[in-house]
Amino acid sequence: MSKIVEGLLYSESHEWVKVDGGVAIIGVSDFAQAEMGDITYVDLPSEDDEFAAGESFGALESVKASSELYCPVSGRVVAVNSDLEDAPEAINEDPYGAWIIKVEMSDNSELSKLMNAAAYEQAAK
Amino acid sequence: MKYYDRLVFELSKPGRIGFSLPEGGADLSAELPANIARQSALGLPEVSEVDVVRHYTNLSQMNFGVDTGFYPLGSCTMKYNPKINEEVVPQFNGIHPLQPACTTEGVNEVYEKMDAALAAITGMKHFTFLPCAGAHGELTGLMLIREYHMSRGDLARTKIIVPDSAHGTNPASAAVCGLEIVVVKSKENGLVDVEDLKPLLGPDIAGIMMTNPNTLGLFEHDIKEIAELVHECGGLLYYDGANMNPLMGVVRPGDMGFDVMHLNLHKTFSTPHGGGGPGSGPVGVADKLVPFLQTPRVSGFHGNFGVILRAYAYILMLGKENVKMAGRLATLGANYIKESLKDCYKLPIPTVCKHEFVFDGLLNDNGVTTLDVAKRLLDYGFHAPTIYFPLLFHQAIMIEPTETESLETLDAFIEVMRKIAAEAAEDPEMLHSAPHNTPIGRPDETTAARQPKLKFA
Amino acid sequence: MGKFCYFPQTEEDIRVMLKRIGVASLDDLYSDVPADFMYKGEYDLPSAMSEQQVREYFEGLASRNPKLKCFVGQGAYDHYVPSVIPYITSRSEFLTAYTPYQCEISQGTLRYIFEWQSMICALTGLDVANASMYDGPTAAAEAMRMCVASTRKRNSVIVAASLLPIVLDNIRTYAKYAGINVVVSESIAEDVAEGVLDLAGVIVPSINRYGVVENHDGLAELVHSMGALLVEYCDPSALAVLKTPAEWGADIAVGDSQSLGIPMCYGGPYVGFMACTQALMRKLPGRIVGQSTDASGKRCFVLTLQAREQHIRREKATSNICSNESLMALWCTVYLSLMGPEGMRKVNALSYENAHYLYSELLKTGKFEEVFPDQTFLKEFVLQPLCDVEKLQKALLDAGYFAALQTEEGWVTFCATEKHSREEIDALVNIVKEI
Repeated sequence: MSKIVEGLLYSESHEWVKVDGGVAIIGVSDFAQAEMGDITYVDLPSEDDEFAAGESFGALESVKASSELYCPVSGRVVAVNSDLEDAPEAINEDPYGAWIIKVEMSDNSELSKLMNAAAYEQAAK
Repeated sequence: MKYYDRLVFELSKPGRIGFSLPEGGADLSAELPANIARQSALGLPEVSEVDVVRHYTNLSQMNFGVDTGFYPLGSCTMKYNPKINEEVVPQFNGIHPLQPACTTEGVNEVYEKMDAALAAITGMKHFTFLPCAGAHGELTGLMLIREYHMSRGDLARTKIIVPDSAHGTNPASAAVCGLEIVVVKSKENGLVDVEDLKPLLGPDIAGIMMTNPNTLGLFEHDIKEIAELVHECGGLLYYDGANMNPLMGVVRPGDMGFDVMHLNLHKTFSTPHGGGGPGSGPVGVADKLVPFLQTPRVSGFHGNFGVILRAYAYILMLGKENVKMAGRLATLGANYIKESLKDCYKLPIPTVCKHEFVFDGLLNDNGVTTLDVAKRLLDYGFHAPTIYFPLLFHQAIMIEPTETESLETLDAFIEVMRKIAAEAAEDPEMLHSAPHNTPIGRPDETTAARQPKLKFA
Repeated sequence: MGKFCYFPQTEEDIRVMLKRIGVASLDDLYSDVPADFMYKGEYDLPSAMSEQQVREYFEGLASRNPKLKCFVGQGAYDHYVPSVIPYITSRSEFLTAYTPYQCEISQGTLRYIFEWQSMICALTGLDVANASMYDGPTAAAEAMRMCVASTRKRNSVIVAASLLPIVLDNIRTYAKYAGINVVVSESIAEDVAEGVLDLAGVIVPSINRYGVVENHDGLAELVHSMGALLVEYCDPSALAVLKTPAEWGADIAVGDSQSLGIPMCYGGPYVGFMACTQALMRKLPGRIVGQSTDASGKRCFVLTLQAREQHIRREKATSNICSNESLMALWCTVYLSLMGPEGMRKVNALSYENAHYLYSELLKTGKFEEVFPDQTFLKEFVLQPLCDVEKLQKALLDAGYFAALQTEEGWVTFCATEKHSREEIDALVNIVKEI
């Protein structure tokens, strides 16, 4: 049974969002990291890159799989967790601690399209 | 196989040489201007000829090949590589690719005769020999489809339909060709869902890529209807020749309505895989695409001539008499293995197969995965089947024997597969850590990918 | 059915197998194929030959290609092939092996690929090399794609007009369908400085189509200042003595390794190479071998970083390449092992000496003028002919020489390697004198 954290928002493609004022902190869920297996590489965007909601902003790689990362909200990247470049295993070890990017949201109303923990638990079943 | 743990760099001793060259030569340190001359030392090994011969002979002994044993390798048609094929090539080694045609009459005949032979076997009109591999052929074929549409001023056809069971190269080739991929689903029985296809067809469709028999080894028997539907909407049909072997001498893609196709000479036409290449992926087209055949320049000179030569030698040995048996015997072997193992391995689609079929893991797996089964096969002197492909089944084991394997070889393989099924029941732990009798055991692939070490240092 | 040496099934075997399957005939295995697709005619193929007939047939074909002394390069070079190479590469454990996906029984293939990658890095000075590409021209086209993929939202490349024609053709072909904007430039530095808005990369030759060694001083800095990548197309044999792509500051190096011990064989199989900086490692197309350890701690080699590849990433893969030219990479790896640093310098020194001797002797005939008098060349050069080129080529061919290939500009190209003797060169020059 994968872990789901209360208070976060979730996308159908298994990203989580923690809202911090106008900034969305984005990572992937425990379910996503377990599906991938040992993550070997995180393909990260650069600061100031802009993404629309649903657009791919990077990818996770394991030995035998690759999975796109989709931006749950539209906006500009204001921070990238570059620690993941050398330690991608952090996502396996602590998926809710190992954030991937922070996005300055251009449209807060998009958050309403994401799921809360209870809804995600149903969806990920 | 014995483990040998050296790299040629580790045999190096300064001052030792392995070459024999004439005396003389310019003093390049004086002749070459310093601003264009190499500054750094050249880190190549310094070894003698005997060092080189022993080193690579030792390396070869850690390798499995068709000449070593049986490859039940789905999707990759590992048939026997005849030795006469190898013998003919060196006689053509000294020919420069830009020599005028009047000095290459023998070469020209090889291309002409191969074009005619492949056209006869496939029902296509003409072939280009520029592509160097199957995926390269796919890309070339898709370029030809785009050329055809563009020549008619039909610029809206930018999408290509690819079944969900397709080889990974299909969508990748389409993307490299600038096409958008539209996936058509398979039905429960493993065949393309015609009802799912219909709504996808329209004025934006360049064509469809089909593998027939498909990657489950099943003949797409709705192909006639599919061809009519796709042609009706103005699209073309691409035939992925990776699975041509069961149809060789039996069914011609051209007759099924395909407009463009590639062949893998290193699969269907017996040329060796060489540890991953060189291959050759000639592309054949129907009449209406012939004018475009020479337009995409996808390789340097004339394609992999040495591979084309080998395939031609094979066709001459085969002749019109034996060609009719190649596909039939390949299909016979696959069905024989399937029927002989279906009481031990899960057979998701029980109908008659063509050259290959797919099991979905063990019937009573006892925690033993497809990977475990594959690795244990190595202990018994067989190559592993293709595993975890196609993606439709989670524990896919894809088996293809080819027509060059004897009943005794197939029986030995069947016996080992049954033995592994028994081992799974008795000692699953032993299978999880297989193989046990190979030069190395299972590698740490995670660390290799996290901290890549990609060269000698 | 007649018997055939590649089909081991006896009639009895076939009966046994059909019985197990539960069908009456081989054609019953095709019951799922609509009847009108079953090919009923005779295949329009020759009758099966015996092995002896095949051997004699090919001997006959080979004899119809007159043996010529080759003095042309243009992407395929007549260097000496040491006897060890075909001996090793024809070992069936290498020749008949599949792609090394099952690493436990493919350590031979994986080790030589690792050595090949290491040697390509040594020649180019770059950090990472892949397991091979089809040939040089396709490697250049893949490098173009890599530039576009590695720079966000940039879609143009500037390529030097002085690249080999076959290289430009491939780049144009790949670019056309992928919608990449290619600018063919006569003066690279000026065109880069002018500023193409979405410039992703610049592709220049190390040695150009005229045999001239190009000077790329300052180019890398300029290209990088535009946010683009620099690709150098090289003859890897010449890199033993020429400034390396890394020394010029290039990000990617590509080329054809045919010059490293592979016979000309009418254009293939050859092998392309591709190397890049560490920063671009994850964008490199094709297979890559890495070092690892097995469960018991033994050193071993595996295919790695496979998540970039088509069998995993499908349409999002960096390239569609699957089969490569592995065995040809072995040809080059054995070649470079035999040659070592000293042999590679010597091949270049001998080729240089022969080419420059040929060059000066040809000028002495009075039938040519220099085209690039102040430029450096190694083994290949162009001259302006003052005589009838067709006559010249015919006289040379009649005497058994393939030389003086005409360029688009109307010049003629020559190439000499370590294989050519002084006597051969003198004989060639004598034919020219007599025209």
